[in-house]
Amino acid sequence: MISAEPLRQSAIQPFAVNRGLCRANKGYTIMLVRSCLVVAAALLLTTAAFAQGGPKPTDPQIAHIAYTAGVIDINAAKQALQKTKNKEVKDFAEGMVRDHEAVNNQALALVKKLNVTPEDNDTSRALTKQASEKLAELKGLNGAAFDKAYIANEVAYHKTVNNSLQKTLIPSATNSELKSLLETGLKIFEGHQQHAEQVAAALK
Amino acid sequence: MTRILCLSVAAAMAVAVLTSSTQAATIRITIDNLTYVPAEASARVGDTVEWINKDVFAHTATARNHDFDVMQPPKSTVSTVLKKAGTVDYFCKFHPNMKGRLVIAP
Repeated sequence: MISAEPLRQSAIQPFAVNRGLCRANKGYTIMLVRSCLVVAAALLLTTAAFAQGGPKPTDPQIAHIAYTAGVIDINAAKQALQKTKNKEVKDFAEGMVRDHEAVNNQALALVKKLNVTPEDNDTSRALTKQASEKLAELKGLNGAAFDKAYIANEVAYHKTVNNSLQKTLIPSATNSELKSLLETGLKIFEGHQQHAEQVAAALK
Repeated sequence: MTRILCLSVAAAMAVAVLTSSTQAATIRITIDNLTYVPAEASARVGDTVEWINKDVFAHTATARNHDFDVMQPPKSTVSTVLKKAGTVDYFCKFHPNMKGRLVIAP
């Protein structure tokens, strides 16, 4: 198995060199097309590997994923606050807005301090796409059906995020302050998962 | 001279007895990074618990037996007086993975 990280670096640099060659030596067109194809294939492979969790995400990507995950849960909670009439669901949703905003404010302060620009990536794009589909699905539900679906999704969502924090994001983070913020995030979100499970049990 | 010594010893003892029996203590429980420190504390009825929340998150100290339910806003200190004896397990309503215990003597 070839490691994907060196593949990505080698894929980008020869590409620039080959473009230079393309202009200079028209006689080598066939060879160049072939090498350009190899480069394109390598890029495709890298993208696929990343989507499968191959190369470790970088700190700017991790920051983006963590922040996006928070925004998604805040939006879900705001939808719930508009729709629910259940006190426990309302309290839970208010807690999600409060805590995720607090974590995200800390994340923003940290990236500013570290002079890091969060970087959009496949994982955060996939998260955002799934979340907007979920919002649309829940929009069609009302009353107890909405409450149950919202809370069930909160249990599942926090499980997924916690799993990704534990297995990918925390071990991949290189900056110690970012790692420590993610660890606090994990504790908070584990608390949310348990809270959501309690609310789910009460709704049955 | 002996009498003065005896008197002062008696006075010191009286002060000691008075402080131990009548002066309620203050127990400090800090919440830092979603953890109650110390996780288990001993106290007496009448003692004050000073809950010091150092987190940017709101927490609660909610007794499982409903003896108390203390709301702790972010970065705040809240004081409560213990009114009932017993071993009380408490948790945070918002983050039920946070747990602590207070052993309250009569």
